[in-house]
Amino acid sequence: MWIGMDSDLRTDDHVRGPNEAELVVVYADFTCPYCALAHARLTQLAAELPVRRVFRHLALKTKHPRAVALGCAAEAAGLQGAFWPFHDAVYADQGRIDDPHLWELARRLGLDVDRFEADRRSSAVIERVQRDTKEAVLAGAMTTPTFFANGKPDQARYHEVVHNE
Amino acid sequence: MSDLIEPGAPAPEFSLATEDGGTFTNEDLKGQTTVLVFYPFAFSPVCTDQLQIYEEVADEFAKRDAKLYAVSTDATWSQTAFREKLGVSIPQLSDFEPKGATSKQLGTYFAPAGMTNRAIVVFGPDATVRWSYLAPSPGDLPGANLILEALDS
Repeated sequence: MWIGMDSDLRTDDHVRGPNEAELVVVYADFTCPYCALAHARLTQLAAELPVRRVFRHLALKTKHPRAVALGCAAEAAGLQGAFWPFHDAVYADQGRIDDPHLWELARRLGLDVDRFEADRRSSAVIERVQRDTKEAVLAGAMTTPTFFANGKPDQARYHEVVHNE
Repeated sequence: MSDLIEPGAPAPEFSLATEDGGTFTNEDLKGQTTVLVFYPFAFSPVCTDQLQIYEEVADEFAKRDAKLYAVSTDATWSQTAFREKLGVSIPQLSDFEPKGATSKQLGTYFAPAGMTNRAIVVFGPDATVRWSYLAPSPGDLPGANLILEALDS
């Protein structure tokens, strides 16, 4: 059973799932295969046990050359109301993460591509991704994905979700 | 029971090889706060995460006037290749020959595997140990928060 409190939520968080369900805060990176696996497992588990999922960025600039770029692209999609569709599409196809793929995805999601392009390079969006990432690291996150409970990394949840242990 | 050097202990005489062919000794600890991050092996996945995470908050270490170095028993050439592959700026110090000599003095050597254990030793500007930490296992990564809390205490 996951632990989480509504007080952990922020007004600008990306949240999905029923309000009454338990809160799962995940710091993740769009280039990370284990994050994709965690997403798949959470989606699968949600059919049996609905959860209220929060996505925050843990995009390390040195981990993958596209980590920060994809986090910013997701935020830009979010500014047009498509954070979760973008999130799901990238995790479903992590081999297609270059700029032309992102433009194609933006078009497929019905986004204004010019606005998407401008937003993903804006200082506000970059700062948002950096904020989440730094916050996670300063709280003790050491890998992706990191599940948080009550503001602290909860590795037991990671093993439970990703490795089914 | 761990042989890890404890807070308050003065730095023993030691010498580590730097990436540019020089040496880093206990004398180099003086005048600044130094964080020695001991990791098992270059290119091992867990070490990769650890240094990349610390790099992400390099500004927080700088704010505290703390200088980070990463230490392993790998040769300097391997360490430099590792650092460049990671894209991190944390300087590497090699405890390659005599193998693990400094790590043994500081109690951070893991003899069964012939490698440095995952440990952190923080020295104050007076070259005495301010904080030391030995991970429960080489697979356990000490968060950046632990080091920063130690620096702030």
